[in-house]
Amino acid sequence: MTTTARRTVPVVAKGIGESPIRADSAPKLRGEYEYAQDLEADGMLWGATTRSPHPRARIVSIDIGPALAIGGVHAVLTADDVSGPGLFGLEHADQPVLAQDMVNYFGEPVAIVAAEDHLTARMAADAVAVEYEILEPLSDPEEADAKDEVFRRVRIRRGDQSARGSVVVEGYYEVGMQDQAPLGTEAGLAVPDGSGGVDLYATSQFLHVDRNQVVSSLGLRSDQVRSHPAGVGGAFGAREDVNLHIHLCMLALHTGRPVKMVYHRSESFTGHVHRHPARMWMRHEADEDGKLVRVEAKLVMDGGAYLSTTSAVLGNACSFAAGPYRVQSVAIDGVGTRTNNPPCGAMRGFGAVQACFGHEAQMDRLANALGMHPLEIRRINALETGDRFSTNGQLLDTPIPLIEIIDSLAAMPMPDDERADLPGGSGLTSEERHVVRGVGYGFGIKNLGFSEGFDDYAEARVTLASEGGVVETAAAEIGQGLVTVMAQIARSVLGLSEFSVRLVDTSLIDEAGSTSASRQTMMTGGAVHGAATRLRERILDRHDGDDIDDRGVLRNGEVIVPLAILLNEGWEETFTFRHPPTDVPDEEGQGRAHADLAVAGHRAVVDVDVELGLVRVVRVDTAQDVGLALNPESVRGQIEGGILQGVGLAIMEELVIEDGIILNPNFTDYLLPTILDAPDVEALLIENEGSWGPFGAKGVGEPPTISSTAAVAAAIRDASRKPITRIPVRPQDIAL
Amino acid sequence: MIITFRLNGEETTARVLKPRSLLDVLRNDLDHPGSKDACEQGECGSCSVILDGEVVCSCLVMAADVEGSELTTVEGLSPDGELSDLQEALHEAGAVQCGFCTPGIVVAASELFRSNPSPSTAEIKEALAGNICRCTGYGAIIRGLESLAKARS
Repeated sequence: MTTTARRTVPVVAKGIGESPIRADSAPKLRGEYEYAQDLEADGMLWGATTRSPHPRARIVSIDIGPALAIGGVHAVLTADDVSGPGLFGLEHADQPVLAQDMVNYFGEPVAIVAAEDHLTARMAADAVAVEYEILEPLSDPEEADAKDEVFRRVRIRRGDQSARGSVVVEGYYEVGMQDQAPLGTEAGLAVPDGSGGVDLYATSQFLHVDRNQVVSSLGLRSDQVRSHPAGVGGAFGAREDVNLHIHLCMLALHTGRPVKMVYHRSESFTGHVHRHPARMWMRHEADEDGKLVRVEAKLVMDGGAYLSTTSAVLGNACSFAAGPYRVQSVAIDGVGTRTNNPPCGAMRGFGAVQACFGHEAQMDRLANALGMHPLEIRRINALETGDRFSTNGQLLDTPIPLIEIIDSLAAMPMPDDERADLPGGSGLTSEERHVVRGVGYGFGIKNLGFSEGFDDYAEARVTLASEGGVVETAAAEIGQGLVTVMAQIARSVLGLSEFSVRLVDTSLIDEAGSTSASRQTMMTGGAVHGAATRLRERILDRHDGDDIDDRGVLRNGEVIVPLAILLNEGWEETFTFRHPPTDVPDEEGQGRAHADLAVAGHRAVVDVDVELGLVRVVRVDTAQDVGLALNPESVRGQIEGGILQGVGLAIMEELVIEDGIILNPNFTDYLLPTILDAPDVEALLIENEGSWGPFGAKGVGEPPTISSTAAVAAAIRDASRKPITRIPVRPQDIAL
Repeated sequence: MIITFRLNGEETTARVLKPRSLLDVLRNDLDHPGSKDACEQGECGSCSVILDGEVVCSCLVMAADVEGSELTTVEGLSPDGELSDLQEALHEAGAVQCGFCTPGIVVAASELFRSNPSPSTAEIKEALAGNICRCTGYGAIIRGLESLAKARS
């Protein structure tokens, strides 16, 4: 990994620009780190969930008697036991806490139980007798569109709608349903406080919005529920929505005992939202020099049974449907459908992933039609800082180093032709003579932070006390490393190297917003930067100093207040950071919808057995717009991990749905990339000034997952000479 | 039934009344939550333990079958609370993100390095082929273990 490192940053031990090792690394290596799955409390009961086996059915009756009759069962609750309005949802409360009269998707919760141990709880959940009148599910999103069963329609029109190019390419593309498949399943513990309230410790990406949905659905007051940070074994979007949170609180309040719940793997596959499957039609028109004249697209994204974040995902997909390119004339139409398929919501890349697969396939088609190199067509059309964004017309006033990314990728060395391994792995089925190497490119663009007028903010607190500096936040650590980066920011602003991060519950601090949208380094990081900056000003002002370092407060290089005394004075500053405001797009989809954007590019090299349709991804190289890499090794970890999830979507990861039912809800049939599937990765971090993130940092979590998929698909196309219009690519798409 | 076995070097007994997995008994009866429960069908390696010198998924082993066995879990690989050189190598490489796969990776890699102090990159990958990591893309894990192989050779 290399960085362009053209910026100077303050040098503080373990500050920004260095890669201190995360504080939770050692306990995780020793097996001592406490995940939500590992929590226990005195007198604890275990919860379990009764789920619908049908994607659409009317509930005729529910008999809880057989479950209650089992020894050790303390509670069996149904919709009749929900105390409040009984609806929840991240954007809009449309999903019942427990199904009342109808079930609308396979796996929808119908009843919950609490029992002495986990085996008894499962047995009781299975014993709840539900009589269903099975109904025909609506499972085809285009049929849903025709019936106007939709969550949102998006229409974008920009430029002269009569503009036409002389070179025209058209394509239809499909994206299968990917699952986040975090290794830790949903888990949590709810502890009643004895006075009608409850403390919740559960897997989460956004503690405050979990709490808000618990209190609003159950008719409680905000101060009656405290949502605490708990160890999270990965998330990738799956934990942005609540799942077991409300159920746990109901059971704890009903039984008066702590209740723990852990989803098993197949339950996890039905218990959280997935990446939206997409059907996309695109038409690109260019002039004879390869300049894009017009892009038309129609996107159908299936939201499944309940809204979750479908409207925002669809908004993103449409906004990025033309990619990171300059286009004079744009017409994009999108629809997010409501069906009886599993609900879909957030997953790393959030709509940009699906769009990228389509627009990059189109750019390659255009390059073919014009006889151009794939990089040349992109370079001709690349957006630059100061341009207006093709779809919504917003001025790109932060760095968009796409041309640099394209040129950097072109200059990165290619692997030699030697093959260490053939496609097909341990099956050893490939023959060398059928293996063809292919090279493909993908470039993507993604919004950072929340868009479309959302009041996006984060609060953080920085304190100095005798034990050292502490950053407090309710931001969710889900594995990405904010526990490290937040301390680095505080160190660099204040000049003090002893800083730790304390994750606190919702009663102690205002919200940090969601750990999603590549936003925490920028948003909570911005709050930490703001709090630390004010604290520094106050300290210097109080002591009439001009600098602070590990010796204490300085004036003209001399220590005037030693560190120990400074710390003992006890300092505290709380700061709320807001990113630049964004607009709700108008009826034509125009307006400054995004607070900031990041671009990235990937070059994939694959070996394809064109007879058997097997693929081995040899390497994926990348250049990524990072603003400033606050912790280069963590950025590298995000890039390598994100690329492998992109590779997974390109060649193996798909939840297979038939008539609304998930056919492969387990790790035997839902394939995840192993260490043998992981390509070598070389990453170039492109640094520039100008973003509003702390020290100019941009979020880095999502871009690696967006265009890596498109690059792998393009490389397979290059090797196989097949159209490859669907991901994940299946053997029959190559070999037949 | 009562089963007796050696858990991280200590004689241990457990009362197992139902057909339960070793993983379930370790986590819920024996206060050893280091082994993680992620897939329950032997696909991901998060629950890896060393049973009589062999790396196995404890979710696939019936608890009753460990009677008389020697069992090492992740808790037994850094008994004094210090990181082993293998853990230290992963630590320094930044191989830990969410960490849910980490105990299984540590267990599988420890057994590899016990039998082969200086494995090649291909041997490292082969030994960890049954351990799924969803966060890191495996790069830092490989770099960490490569540096250990170098240090030990």
